[in-house]
Amino acid sequence: MAAELPETLQYTAEHEWVDASVPVTVGITAVAADALGDIVFVELPSVGSDVAAGSVIGEIESTKSVSELFSPVTGRVVEVNQAAVDDPSLVNSDPYGEGWLLRVEVTSTGPLLSAEEYGALNP
Amino acid sequence: MTDLRSPLHDEHVALGAALTAFAGWQMPLRYTSDLAEHTAVRTAAGLFDLSHMGEIEVAGPDAGAFLDRALVGDLSGLRRLGARYTMIVQPDGGVIDDLVVYRTGDTAYLVVANASNHDVVLAELRERAGGTGLDVQVEDRSAATALVAVQGPRALAVVEALDGLTADPAGPADVTPATLRYYACLPMRFDDAPVLVARTGYTGEDGFEFFVAADRAPALWRALLAAGAEHGLVPAGLSARDSLRLEAGMPLYGNELDRTTTPHDAGLGRVVRLDKVDADGAPMHFVGRDALAARAVSAPARVLVGLQGLGRRAARHGYDVLASTAPDAPVVGTVTSGAPSPTLGYPVAMAYVTPEMSAEGAELAVDVRGRREPVRVVPLPFYRRPR
Repeated sequence: MAAELPETLQYTAEHEWVDASVPVTVGITAVAADALGDIVFVELPSVGSDVAAGSVIGEIESTKSVSELFSPVTGRVVEVNQAAVDDPSLVNSDPYGEGWLLRVEVTSTGPLLSAEEYGALNP
Repeated sequence: MTDLRSPLHDEHVALGAALTAFAGWQMPLRYTSDLAEHTAVRTAAGLFDLSHMGEIEVAGPDAGAFLDRALVGDLSGLRRLGARYTMIVQPDGGVIDDLVVYRTGDTAYLVVANASNHDVVLAELRERAGGTGLDVQVEDRSAATALVAVQGPRALAVVEALDGLTADPAGPADVTPATLRYYACLPMRFDDAPVLVARTGYTGEDGFEFFVAADRAPALWRALLAAGAEHGLVPAGLSARDSLRLEAGMPLYGNELDRTTTPHDAGLGRVVRLDKVDADGAPMHFVGRDALAARAVSAPARVLVGLQGLGRRAARHGYDVLASTAPDAPVVGTVTSGAPSPTLGYPVAMAYVTPEMSAEGAELAVDVRGRREPVRVVPLPFYRRPR
């Protein structure tokens, strides 16, 4: 009963999504948000910091559990979604929209999956 | 081995519950939102399926005397239709399980065990009954029994609106759900089948628990949901149950309690009745007595405390407690349960710490995945319902 996966996004096996804009926008998938339950705390890297694809760059915490946030790309963080930090329930309610997490100026990307590939891993 | 299914499994699926494997059962983790279900129980009411819990009937002329020997509490002294929180321990005082025992008749008791310990409690009770010469039977009723709980400030209103719930002619004539005391139970009828209604729970709120035959459980579940619709009742899963009991400072077996823990370690020495006596007035030699008598008068090696998180990140089960946020601060304890408290808005945790670190107001730290988050020792429970 996976929620619909936007075809325009690419995904990681660790449940992040990344779009095709410049700079790219990064978030977590509805699959991850649903598995976590109600998200109550989002920790993101600071603006200006460098992130490497596949490395841990933050945390998503729910009442029930905590999950690390992995960067899908290598580059520099140019913006974080303060609205999601202030109201983490946005990540549950609109993970591909209002619940986006950060924007990154990309120098290179990690291994990314298509919607079809990610969907196959998360039926 | 496939997980056992509750008699209410189809109801959960129809409600769209996210199911989880828990103690060998497939049970609802949540129906919609952990927070919404938690908040509903604090402000209105929640409906829980607890059919995974173990129900063991102990009956016979010597049932009370047997339980006095097998458990740490005074069960022969429990009044008829009363309930008691108690424990079964090893000879060395380590906790095998924490239990709620209901005295359902003069010579009959219902022992409710945690799902994860049901088999060992059943086996232990049978072994302790063997060769004693006591006239007592230990019967497993778990498979045939469903357990449904209504918890929250509107619980009584929900139960009073329940269609099909009537007095049992064999029960006490002067007791109704409204007058039923906390930690007491009342045999009633639901659609002409027997149901044991108990004013007990594990959420820190007022509430009722219904022990009912498994085949009648779906009808009762639906009737409760219907009765509760106008009172804000929502079905609630194990996730909300865990955050509710943590706020209420209630121990969870496997977290605060295990076989290396005595009742005293957990701050529950009061459930150990060293003063109980046998029929001749001599001290009752219950299993674990000698070890717990020694434990009662010795200095504890560790103390269970409440911790209020002063930052935003929550301590979790198994994390180290440190003497301070200083880089070289020593480990002084271990977190047993922790989560962001939905009701209070800050992280809370329970932890075992060394006695010298356990004073109320002590400023400690927890290693939250490599970062030292400040915490303060606070009294338990974190949350107490307004009365």
